[in-house]
Amino acid sequence: MAHIEHNMSLTGEAPKRLSLIQKVATGLGWTGIFFLFLSILNVPLPGYFLWLSLGLIAAGVVIFANDQYRGKPAGIKNDGVWFKNMTSRGVFAWGTGILLTLFYIVLYWYPQYLGYNPDGENTGIVALFDPLSNFISGNDASQWFVYGTLYTLAILAFGYKFLLKYRHNKYEKIRTFSVMFFQLGFAFLIPEILIRLNQPYYNPNVVWPLNYDLFAGYKLNEFFSAGTVGMIMLGFGLASIFLITPILTYFYGKRWYCSWVCGCGGLAETAGDPYRHLSDKSRKSWMLERWLIHTILVLVVIMTTAVVYSFLNENPGKYWLTKDAFLIGVAGFLTLLFAGIMIFKRKELAKDAKYGAVGYFVIILAIIALYYSTGYSYGHLLREWYGFFIGAAFSGVIGVGFYPIFGNRVWCRFGCPMAAVLGMQQRLFSRFRITTNGGQCISCGNCSTYCEMGIDVRSYAQKGENIVRSSCVGCGICSAVCPRGVLKLENGPREGRINGDAVLLGNDVDLLDLIQQQKKATRKL
Amino acid sequence: MQEHVVIIGNGIAGITAARHIRRISEKKITVISSENKYFFSRTALMYFYMGHMKWEHLEPYEDWFWEKNRIDLKLAYVEKIDPEAKTLFLAGNEKLPYDQLIIATGSIPRKLGWEGQDLQGVQGLVSKQDLELLEKNTKNCRHATIVGGGLIGVELAEMLHTRNIPVTMLIREDSFWRNVLPQKDSEFVARHISSHGIGLRNMTELESISGKNKVTSVTTKKGDQIETDLVGLTVGVQPNIAFLKGSGIETDVGILVDPYLKTNIESIYSIGDCAQQREPKPGRRPIEAVWYTARMMGETVAQTICGNPFKYNPGNWFNSAKFFEIEYQTYGNVSATPPENEQQLHWEHRDGKKAVTLAFEKGSGRFLGINSFGIRMKHEVFDRWLTEQRPIEHVLKHLEEANFDPEFFKRHHKEILHSFKDDLMNPSKPKPQI
Ligand SMILES: Cc1cc2nc3c(=O)[nH]c(=O)nc-3n(C[C@H](O)[C@H](O)[C@H](O)COP(=O)(O)OP(=O)(O)OC[C@H]3O[C@@H](n4cnc5c(N)ncnc54)[C@H](O)[C@@H]3O)c2cc1C
Ligand code: SF4
Ligand code: SF4
Repeated sequence: MAHIEHNMSLTGEAPKRLSLIQKVATGLGWTGIFFLFLSILNVPLPGYFLWLSLGLIAAGVVIFANDQYRGKPAGIKNDGVWFKNMTSRGVFAWGTGILLTLFYIVLYWYPQYLGYNPDGENTGIVALFDPLSNFISGNDASQWFVYGTLYTLAILAFGYKFLLKYRHNKYEKIRTFSVMFFQLGFAFLIPEILIRLNQPYYNPNVVWPLNYDLFAGYKLNEFFSAGTVGMIMLGFGLASIFLITPILTYFYGKRWYCSWVCGCGGLAETAGDPYRHLSDKSRKSWMLERWLIHTILVLVVIMTTAVVYSFLNENPGKYWLTKDAFLIGVAGFLTLLFAGIMIFKRKELAKDAKYGAVGYFVIILAIIALYYSTGYSYGHLLREWYGFFIGAAFSGVIGVGFYPIFGNRVWCRFGCPMAAVLGMQQRLFSRFRITTNGGQCISCGNCSTYCEMGIDVRSYAQKGENIVRSSCVGCGICSAVCPRGVLKLENGPREGRINGDAVLLGNDVDLLDLIQQQKKATRKL
Repeated sequence: MQEHVVIIGNGIAGITAARHIRRISEKKITVISSENKYFFSRTALMYFYMGHMKWEHLEPYEDWFWEKNRIDLKLAYVEKIDPEAKTLFLAGNEKLPYDQLIIATGSIPRKLGWEGQDLQGVQGLVSKQDLELLEKNTKNCRHATIVGGGLIGVELAEMLHTRNIPVTMLIREDSFWRNVLPQKDSEFVARHISSHGIGLRNMTELESISGKNKVTSVTTKKGDQIETDLVGLTVGVQPNIAFLKGSGIETDVGILVDPYLKTNIESIYSIGDCAQQREPKPGRRPIEAVWYTARMMGETVAQTICGNPFKYNPGNWFNSAKFFEIEYQTYGNVSATPPENEQQLHWEHRDGKKAVTLAFEKGSGRFLGINSFGIRMKHEVFDRWLTEQRPIEHVLKHLEEANFDPEFFKRHHKEILHSFKDDLMNPSKPKPQI
């Protein structure tokens, strides 16, 4: 009887509690983290504690996921998302956010507290990871190796969870296998193996401008001194942004990178998935997003130009490219790009986008002219500042540390300059769009709620318009959660892709024609 | 002075009308509701209760939208209409004059006069207030009975299921939603609902509800008694028109409107769930209480009000729903009980989560409609086929064109085609049990 009563007492309660197994699993995971914390405090731990901790974390996530999703019918699993403490900005969410933030601060600015010692034996958690690092790359670990390992573990373990959660959706499954593969192989193993082979550290996953250091002086030196391999790396880096990116984005939209390949996106889509609904959907934050992300793109262009200019300045006559030719080349390229967009795509830009583009273009050219005339660019200083404010503070501390508060794509949405480049391509030169299904939308809002990029998907769907937004990373979740089968991610002919005058199917056809005319004429509501 | 258009009801019908009027005119627009100041999606109430969304997510427009588009919102209850004086009487002795009036007051849950229907713990599910009540009524609820096996009923079952409340559904017909779905579709859906542990009692009607203040049990017409803490009344909805008594506006079950959606009184229109067509289009019901038709009436009446009189002439029928995990879409007409000249083809996937039924006219082969479960279909394509009166062969041959499932999803059109071919060749061959 006691058993039944126990069950009874649970009925009628909102689905906000974790089950016993989920609590135990959470405990296991945190125990693993606790051991790692002990190692930071230099508590002497035998070597197997590395595997024990990593294993406990992975086991915790896997057991949790199994309990949450296995044995239940496949389908959308958002019950209680806004009731659970951890996913509705409760105390645990804030606690986790603060812990993560502290971790990032130590990682970026105080690696010595993690035990990193570039001039001798590592201690602490870095020492705990030394054997693994030695095994893979033949070198002792650094704080970055520790971070990379934990990062990869997170993508794999939470990737498993995501796969279970969306096991009815093949698009989500394939996409998740892809990010897991690219993280493990390309972002984690390949760079370490390159080091083992005495080649420069190179992660082909991170494309400039996300990898803002790719053209830094020390990196260029590494590439040039590594001979052919270095040249291939440099060439691949250049091709990635100027060739591969535009082509793939043309065919598939920015999703090929942001939710299939990128490591930041990979973490957001796996470990960050439980927080996707926390993104702000207001028009205000859309405005902020557009200004912020493009400002950062401008900064990275200015910074990178300065860095390369400084490099050429410091090595006069060493390379076929002179510093002045470089500046003229950059200015010429940007002018062509700007003119092209203004001539051919003027109509597709909103008013503020045009003003912004002109303003930024003038600023960049003025700064380049300044470099040219003074012959000095403060490249190192700019790089340091950019690295501090954008590379570390924004992308790490705010971007990941605040997952449980602002959602999982804060960096991708407001900060990532790569996303800005891909977004422009997606908006102006791509075949990708999300189509809507006739008149079937019931304005329920699931799509908008679960869009991690804060796109108000419903505002398009309920008007029958395609969604063509520069920020859309093509995660496909809006389509997955839609209870009426309204949304579909598609690549197709560019004609009619942006259809602001669309009407909802279902009514009298003459009336619909009239409404379409009226919509064209007024462009509102 | 611009004309003043007043709209009672800020549901999808009223709000669509307001938006469209604003797009093409400068009229003064006021929308009144006593439920919630801002428009929200009634269809998403369940997601709020289940914790998928917060209330703010249910509101499709941010608050600035209304001011920017000069649509005045008023939280008030209309007690009375005086068409002579063109004035509304609001609760609290307030008056509001209008030049043109649109009544879009929606529905209320239908109650069939059962004994005990007003006890505590007995409720329908239509309004925000109903949802708040449900939150109260489900505290410590050990068992719930849902009366009526329709779309709102199954939504309510899913909602209660997330709170671990055992649910029994009383269904008048021989199977779930059988007055709309053909037998095989209905049984297919019923199997899925049952697999969640929902008790479906077919051919069972409610006799009475008992309890002192609060419900403690229900009795069925067969005489069975079920102990229960909550009774959900979902035997359909009815137009919310009680406040119109004595206004001179002609009503039947709903507010009677002509093809221009106008009532018997000049300058007063009615749209959405509360409107009843005097001359419904052939094949359509006089009251269609769904989101889509409410929206379309709003689109239509806006033109009429702004001087482009348009008749309400909805296109091919379509609808959608979700039964726990299984999405349902329908285009055209698939009869629950096919008449003599209608033939149906039914396919089910072996996993029991996907099914398709196509209906066509015997003899001519004209395609009549489709029910699709677990496979998303393109509205635009089926709408075109229906309008062009395509034969069933055409539909079968081009089924893939109509698929709207996400990329990489398994396509079933070939399997469906083969199964249908089989059916057509050997109509009497018994099918293997699934
Ligand atoms: C739980 C639920 C789920 C549904 N799901 C679907 C679905 O998936 N698909 C679908 O097609 N349809 C669905 N429907 C039906 C659909 O929601 C309705 O057809 C649609 O909302 C009707 O819109 P309306 O504008 O006519 O009326 P309503 O949305 O009902 O709006 C009427 C408004 O008028 C107000 N009002 C009434 N009288 C007065 C008065 N005297 N003074 C002031 N204000 C007043 C009411 O409070 C209400 O706010 C669902 C309905 C419910 C209840
Ligand atoms: S719009 Fe859809 S696919 Fe794009 S980011 Fe948002 S949820 Fe993902
Ligand atoms: S597109 Fe789908 S999820 Fe989004 S509001 Fe419409 S019905 Fe809801």
